[in-house]
Amino acid sequence: MPYSDKVIDHFTNPRNVGSLDKNSPDVGTGIVGAPECGDVMKLQIQVGTDGRIVDAKFKTFGCGSAIAASSLATEWLKGRTVDQAEELKNADIANELSLPPVKIHCSVLAEDAVKAAIEDWKRKNGQHSQPAPSAAAERK
Amino acid sequence: MSVKLPIYLDYNATTPIDPRVLEAMMPYLTTHFGNAASRSHGFGWKAEAAVETAREQIAALIGAAAKDIVFTSGATESDNLAIKGTAQMYAEKGRHIITTLIEHKAVIDTCKHLEQLGCQVTWLRPDRYGVISPEQVAQAITDKTILISIMAANNEIGTINPIAEIGKVAKQRDVFFHCDATQAVGKIPIDVEAMGIDLLSASAHKIYGPKGVGCLYVRRRNPRVRLTCQMDGGGHERGMRSGTLNSPGIVGFGAACEICRKEMAEEDARLTALRDRLHQGITARLDHVTLNGHPTQRLPGTVNLSFAYVEGESLMMKMKDVAVSSGSACTSASLEPSFVLRGIGVGDELAHSSIRFSLGRFTTAEEIDYVIDKVVAGVNELRQLSPLYEMAREAEQAGGRGE
Repeated sequence: MPYSDKVIDHFTNPRNVGSLDKNSPDVGTGIVGAPECGDVMKLQIQVGTDGRIVDAKFKTFGCGSAIAASSLATEWLKGRTVDQAEELKNADIANELSLPPVKIHCSVLAEDAVKAAIEDWKRKNGQHSQPAPSAAAERK
Repeated sequence: MSVKLPIYLDYNATTPIDPRVLEAMMPYLTTHFGNAASRSHGFGWKAEAAVETAREQIAALIGAAAKDIVFTSGATESDNLAIKGTAQMYAEKGRHIITTLIEHKAVIDTCKHLEQLGCQVTWLRPDRYGVISPEQVAQAITDKTILISIMAANNEIGTINPIAEIGKVAKQRDVFFHCDATQAVGKIPIDVEAMGIDLLSASAHKIYGPKGVGCLYVRRRNPRVRLTCQMDGGGHERGMRSGTLNSPGIVGFGAACEICRKEMAEEDARLTALRDRLHQGITARLDHVTLNGHPTQRLPGTVNLSFAYVEGESLMMKMKDVAVSSGSACTSASLEPSFVLRGIGVGDELAHSSIRFSLGRFTTAEEIDYVIDKVVAGVNELRQLSPLYEMAREAEQAGGRGE
C-alpha cells in the first residue's frame, strides 16, 4: 500500500498516544469501530472550563492509515473549542493524509470517534453550554 | 553481524530464480531459441530435446511418467484445465464435484463458475488446523461425483492434507482425484502413484523456477483421464493445451525440479528448523500469539501467526524491511479478511491480526533472528497503541482482583 509521507510520519511518530481518566467529568471518551472489522479507535478529549479542548489522546487498533487518522485528529483537536471540534469532517483528514479511496473509511472512523467523544463529554456535563459552577470557581 | 535488507519471507507468494536454474535457461533464451514444434530443422530439434528432458525431470519429482506431463502457463491454468476439462468431458457421467472451502482461488472460482453452469459442488469444511479427512471426502461422494479437487498443502497456513488417504478413497469409489500441489511439489515428497492422484497442478515460480510456466499431470492409465481442452489451436501437448511451448521457461522448470528432488531432504530439515526457530523465538517473548495451521503437518517453511490486539497491516508497516503477507482485510481491496482463516474457524478479529511468514532456500538464521526482534518490537509498540490490549489488560486485572 503506497502511503503518503504524512501517513508514514503519523504512523511512525504517533501524536498523543495514551489514555485520559474516562471517569473524570471533564473528559469525553469515544470508542468506535469493531475488532472483527479490523478497526477500533478510542479517542478522548479533556475540555477546559472555557470550553476549549486542553488535551486529546487516542489509542487505535487498525491499519497504518487508521492510526495516522486518529493521531492527526488529536493533534487538530487540541486548542480548539468543542464547537469547532464538531465541525471536523472526515474529508479534511482524508485530504490532509492523501488517503487512497480504499482507506477513506479510516477518516470516517476518526470523525465518528471525535463526535462520540464530544457526545460523551456533553452527556457528562448535562448539555450545559456554560462550564460547571465548581470548575468556574476554580478558574477564578 | 549485520543482515542484508530487505529480508524476503514471502516465498509462498513467489521465489527468486535459483542461479543454477537461470544458467540452464540462458541458452534457450538466446542461441537455442527454436520452436519445439518445428520438426524440419535443428533449431526445433534442440528445443524439443530440452523440453523432453524437462518433462522427465518434472515427472521424476512426482513419480509420474514423462508423457503424462502437460505444460501450461502456471498452476492457475492447470487448475482450470483439470476442473473444467473434466467437468466438460464427463458431463454425461455426472455433474458433481467435491472440493474444499480453503482451496486457492484458482480452484474455488473455477468451481463457482461451473456451479453457475449447472454443476453441483460440495464444499468441504476443514478442521481447525486446515485438514480435510478422507472420511469427509468418502461421505460426500455420490453416484454423480466425477471429480475430487483437494490441495496438497495450503498456501496461507501450510497445512498438509492426507493426500494418499484421500487418493485411496477416490480410487475405491472410482472418482478422479485432482490435487492442486502448487505449494507442495518440490517442498515435500509427492508421488502420484503412491498417492492415487489422477490430475496434479504445479508451478515453476514457487520452487525457484521462472514465472509463467507450470504443468498439469494427467494420468494416462489406471485409469486414463481424458480432458476437454480449454485452448484450441495447434494441438500441442497431446491436444490438451495448444500453444507454442515456452521452452526457456520449461527448461527452467525442469532444472528447478531436478534441484528440489536432489536437495529436498536437506532443505526440509533446514527450513523446518528455521521455521520453528522463528515461531519459538517470537512466542518466547510475546504472549497472546496463536499459530494458524497444523502444529506439525505443515510445510517446512510456513508459519502463520495471529498477534492478538494488533492489526496485521500495521505490523507489516512496523517491519518495513521484512517482506511478509497478512490475512488482514487492510491488505486487500476487498476489505474482507482471509477466507482461509475463516474456513478453519479463526475469528475475524484474529484473522485481521495474522501474518504469514514463508521461508525458503535463501533464508538464513541471521535473517530469522533479525525478524524475531522486529516482530517483538513492532507488536509491543502497537499493543501500547491498541485500545483492545488496554481493555484486555484491565479485564485481566479486574479478574485478578476477583471482581
